[in-house]
Amino acid sequence: MAGRPATKKGAAKSSPAVSSQKNNKRKVSASTEPLSKKAKVGAKIGNGKLNKVVPKSAEEDSEEDDESWAYGAVSDSDSDIEERDDEFVSAEEGSDIEVGALDDDFLGDEFAESDDEGKAPGTAMFGSDDDEGEDEGEEDEEDIFASNSEDSDDDDDMETKSRKLDAAAKLEAEEAEAELQTNIMLESDKYVLPEDNHEILQSTDLQVVQARIQEIVRVLNNFREMREGDRSRNDYIAQLLKDLCLYYGYNEYLMEKLFYIFPVSEAIEFFEANEVPRPVTIRTNTLKTRRRELAQALINRGVNLDPIGKWSKVGLQVFDSPVPIGATPEYLAGHYMLQAASSFLPVMALAPQEHERVLDMASAPGGKSTYIAALLKNTGMVFANDANKDRTKSLVANIHRLGVKNAVVCNYDGREFPGVIGGFDRVLLDAPCSGTGVISKDASVKTNKSEQDFQMLSQLQKELVLSAIDSVDAGSKTGGYIVYSTCSVTVDENEDVVNYALRKRPNVKLVSTGLDFGKEGFTRYREKVFHPSVSLTRRYYPHMHNMDGFYVAKFKKISNKIPKKMDDNVDLDEEEEFAPSANKAGKRTRGGKKTEEELEKVSFNADEDEELIRASQAKLLHTQKGIKLRPKKSEGTK
Amino acid sequence: MRPLTEVETKTFFEKLAKYIGRNITHLIDRGDETYCFRLHRDRVYYVSESVMRKATSIGRDQLISLGICFGKFTKTGKFRMHVTCLDYIAQYAKHKVWIKPNGEMPFLYGNHVVKAHIGRVTEDTPEHQGVIIYSMTDIPLGFGVTARSTSDTRKMEPTAIVVFHQADIGEYLRQEDTLF
Repeated sequence: MAGRPATKKGAAKSSPAVSSQKNNKRKVSASTEPLSKKAKVGAKIGNGKLNKVVPKSAEEDSEEDDESWAYGAVSDSDSDIEERDDEFVSAEEGSDIEVGALDDDFLGDEFAESDDEGKAPGTAMFGSDDDEGEDEGEEDEEDIFASNSEDSDDDDDMETKSRKLDAAAKLEAEEAEAELQTNIMLESDKYVLPEDNHEILQSTDLQVVQARIQEIVRVLNNFREMREGDRSRNDYIAQLLKDLCLYYGYNEYLMEKLFYIFPVSEAIEFFEANEVPRPVTIRTNTLKTRRRELAQALINRGVNLDPIGKWSKVGLQVFDSPVPIGATPEYLAGHYMLQAASSFLPVMALAPQEHERVLDMASAPGGKSTYIAALLKNTGMVFANDANKDRTKSLVANIHRLGVKNAVVCNYDGREFPGVIGGFDRVLLDAPCSGTGVISKDASVKTNKSEQDFQMLSQLQKELVLSAIDSVDAGSKTGGYIVYSTCSVTVDENEDVVNYALRKRPNVKLVSTGLDFGKEGFTRYREKVFHPSVSLTRRYYPHMHNMDGFYVAKFKKISNKIPKKMDDNVDLDEEEEFAPSANKAGKRTRGGKKTEEELEKVSFNADEDEELIRASQAKLLHTQKGIKLRPKKSEGTK
Repeated sequence: MRPLTEVETKTFFEKLAKYIGRNITHLIDRGDETYCFRLHRDRVYYVSESVMRKATSIGRDQLISLGICFGKFTKTGKFRMHVTCLDYIAQYAKHKVWIKPNGEMPFLYGNHVVKAHIGRVTEDTPEHQGVIIYSMTDIPLGFGVTARSTSDTRKMEPTAIVVFHQADIGEYLRQEDTLF
């Protein structure tokens, strides 16, 4: 019985896992159980050794094996779950009795057994099979329940002894395990992936679809053991994607795009989180009030709220409110702004300092711009730009309502900066994006975004980020920072754009965002590899942080000089993003067609480009009024 | 964007003086920074000189707003104060009216202030005087023009209008499209 405490310990350790998978085990059909028992017994006999003590590792592995055939059994006969449940109950009872009886048996000779290696095969068989119990799924469960109550009796001496024995028996156990596995593999049935055009695929019964999603996810999570025959991972994933599209209502392109960002089970969580609205959050306008006062005023109106979290000193989370939270006198007086928690982040990352000149390139409806102004305490100035004239109305309204006195609102295409005005201390670019992070807010994204949209958006974002970088004065005493953010989770709108900016503007580097939570940006994604510093950027997910999906990257501009890149390889690489097969000759015309001002400006690798660049630089400088860094810039580029 | 002409300045200041009287000088001669009034598309903006200078880079068509909008000139040449200037005129207001919590929402929906809703009034407010309306918690809610002098209101019945509505912060929602 020396082995007993140890095994019990092992059982206790693994018990949470076991209990979590209890449901699966319940589905095990009674008919398969005896077979597996036999198999194991056979394995041990075949081994020719006396496995008095089965080491933990072996036990755990065999547990997994059990589970794997458990799934097989479930999928095998989908129809009669109830029946099997009944059977299982009876099996359970049976094993219960069995275990009890055996336990009694053991009380007699457990010590002898544990100390003596060369015991008679019969007793040893019993010992290994039932006392250690974990060999088999059903009895395993029983044993755990039994042992949990008995744990207090455990003796330390026995434990140490058993550990020694564990080590000694490891080798044998491994061999046994190998055999077990092969035996089980023979018996087990996997989740059968429905064939194409199978009737199941036609069914739109969401419960069926959901069940199938869960099964496939389970298979994918333990693919080696649970795959069915030679079906490839792609088969499973293809089916899963189809089911997810159906179940959550995404179009296939978007589903595929989002699916590969996450591990399989996390992806499901993400889609699930997109169905649930995020909590309503408000930001205290520190220009007019303080959070404590605001909270008090709102509580007096019957609003139920709490601070948003430790990371923000101005955020409040509203749970429920008897009055419309967007029309209280406090709201109208500009004491707070209805603003998603995620949109605090880019401004916090930007961290504007007083007396700075800050540009918000895509600012409507002004949540972030007014936050910037609040952090500036109405000193310095904020340029709030938005390309959409209709949206500037709400922007102006919010700026006035919140009492921002140093703002200039303008209506340019962001790409026209720094042609309009440059030399900012900090620039915030909350780029227009596909909105895949805010699906819970606007579900139309699920269906109306096509591949073309994504291409156009990432193209626009790349142009904007270069404009943003060029609008910053690296010589600023306090600033020289650019923050790029999107409310999207896709890689080609985030890391890809940042990586592009790093390559096109070697005079910037990524710096820490200063946000102490969030996931690191990807440094590699599928076939793409990004600059290692991309890990300094931050990703936020609805299922993880309970805020909209978001991405924040912070650049520091080192110099105003854009170093020339004469390296052809780099330029070719860049071009590949837009046109994989484009050669150099085709490139220039493509660039022209797309009116990529920024691209033209920088991607000079041939001599004849030089003239064009000079001309456009001259034009650019003409349009730049009141910019002090003109001489520097012209030096740098000529 | 241009400075106001003589006539415009006169009309504008006359209107402004109805609310803040001679305190206009505080708006022009400020201790911290030079501020100025600028006219852009019929609207008068109050903005610091440094911001104004930088805003000259923005084209006329693209410039939407700068600093704080005080109001606009109508086509007939009169000046109309907008609620957006409330911050400034509340700061320098001479005459104030506080309204009770039950009168807040009616006022914010654009109604006149009736006597029953009045909590407090500045003493000696004459008739037809521009006043700032506050909630009892001292949040400026808007401004209006008194219908009667303070002494006269005492004799009035509770449903009688005491302050004519001019502008209120509810306009940020109600008139977002036309205000800016």
